[in-house]
Amino acid sequence: MSIDQSTAAKVAKLARIKVEDDALPALADEFNNILGFIEQLNEVDVTGVEPMTSVTPQRLKRRVDEVTDGSQQPKVLANAPDAREGFFAVPKVVE
Amino acid sequence: MSDLNKLGLAEARDALRKGDTTSVELTEACLKAIDAADALNAFVHKTPEIALERAKAADERIKAGDAPSMCGLPIGIKDLFCTKGVASQAASRILEGFKPEYESTVSQKLADAGSVMLGKLNMDEFAMGSSNETSAYGNAVSPWRRGNDDAQLTPGGSSGGSASAVAADLCLAATGTDTGGSIRQPAAFTGTVGIKPTYGRCSRWGIVAFASSLDQAGPMTKSVRDAAIMLEVMCGHDPKDSTSAELAVPDFEAMLTGDIKGKKIGIPKEYRMDGMPGEIEKLWSDGAEMLKAAGAEIVDISLPHTKYALPAYYVIAPAEASSNLARYDGVRYGHRALLEAGDGITEMYEKTRAEGFGSEVQRRVMIGTYVLSAGFYDAYYNRARRVRTLIKKDFEDVFAAGVDAILTPATPSAAFGLGEMTEADPVQMYLNDVFTVTVNLAGLPGVAVPAGLDSQGLPLGLQLIGKPWEEGDLLNTAYAMENAAGFVAKPQQWW
Repeated sequence: MSIDQSTAAKVAKLARIKVEDDALPALADEFNNILGFIEQLNEVDVTGVEPMTSVTPQRLKRRVDEVTDGSQQPKVLANAPDAREGFFAVPKVVE
Repeated sequence: MSDLNKLGLAEARDALRKGDTTSVELTEACLKAIDAADALNAFVHKTPEIALERAKAADERIKAGDAPSMCGLPIGIKDLFCTKGVASQAASRILEGFKPEYESTVSQKLADAGSVMLGKLNMDEFAMGSSNETSAYGNAVSPWRRGNDDAQLTPGGSSGGSASAVAADLCLAATGTDTGGSIRQPAAFTGTVGIKPTYGRCSRWGIVAFASSLDQAGPMTKSVRDAAIMLEVMCGHDPKDSTSAELAVPDFEAMLTGDIKGKKIGIPKEYRMDGMPGEIEKLWSDGAEMLKAAGAEIVDISLPHTKYALPAYYVIAPAEASSNLARYDGVRYGHRALLEAGDGITEMYEKTRAEGFGSEVQRRVMIGTYVLSAGFYDAYYNRARRVRTLIKKDFEDVFAAGVDAILTPATPSAAFGLGEMTEADPVQMYLNDVFTVTVNLAGLPGVAVPAGLDSQGLPLGLQLIGKPWEEGDLLNTAYAMENAAGFVAKPQQWW
């Protein structure tokens, strides 16, 4: 499989990372290089093998569904680049 | 006592309990060493006030006869651990200015055990790298040099600052994290000991996530005994990490008898790579001889899917990273790009992430995005997870056949020079993890032990891989090898 510039642009868009047009050819080359390395996996016979979901055979523990924490608004907002009136502030999202 | 910063954890602990020194004296010696070592760029956020405050409290506890196991011992904390009120930015620009309102479970356990935090340590950005060259703080530098050559060498990565600081005696020990080799490779490059425990031994809560199914914390120390002392403090079940194991933590130090008679040590033939330097091959066979001389039985084993570990890792780790790093959006913490008139929220995300992430992180996030995208999920991600099942089975088969531990080289070479790999393609750098990455994929414990020097005077390490949850037995085998190897070399101080 080979990645062209438009696929590279699409991946950058999906990852929400701005990539300038003139950087796309080099990015596509890098992807192809890494994916070429990954292609080796096609040599392995994986018929009937389950994809691993957990490296230690364990059932995820469950806990009681109850409130254990909360009411920490100032702490939650303390590191925000832009917090106003007790909320995170972002550019306008609806017209 | 002089040169208190050069002590290990065990020696310093014993000296403190005998009253030969105080935690304040130990801490001051380390702070002085840290201030004189800016050339190594290991400590990137120094916390002398916190350190002295904790040291004084530790001295009070020791005086009162209430000294937990690491009481008064000064250590460094990798920047990946969230530390309350202290910058924790995973060596990334995107977390610039972030000061957590909470403490990671592991660093809290270390504090509760009385240890003294000296500051935060350099690393590769988001722990993605094998040379500490992707850090927003700039390179960490190894205290080791090739003879009289003044070229700067890598301390390895991603826990490069931790390795450099421990090797240069800036602290008694340090925390590291290991997703594909990030504790063991830097330990091997710097003549220090580093253990990655079984997946689930240490809580991941409060550690900035890279690849959640692979990440584990562990200690980086000056001896195997020190690793046993510190690992015991770091381990344990935590309700805040649903993958942390509800298992009792043994007294690892008490298990260091040095007696490995009758233990079966496997030598995997697939780790004998084409083009392996003769020095590494010799180190490996010397290590096997040492264990044999100590009474172990050496057996040849096969781990047939070894070759596919690295490509599987470079699907799984970026896939998980692309998901974990989606949280860095310029809204809740860290960096936000300056926007132009008319920019909406999508532009804010895209510009913030382009400015905040370095090139290696961007590359991995995008590779991860690609392998998880519609149409490729099965071909890449699911296939890699199937191969991971086979890699784990390779180990299970070998352990079921009676093997107690596996001996391999820790790295394919000694430390390389900073900048020497710049022109190489990313895959060349990834090959650094070829001997370590299998262990993360299988969730096993692995320890790197310094075993010799190469012809240029640089340290080389061997890796021992153990059975799940058998860190105590593994450390005991490592202890026997440490005793036999008698590695005592230290870097000449040039900084």
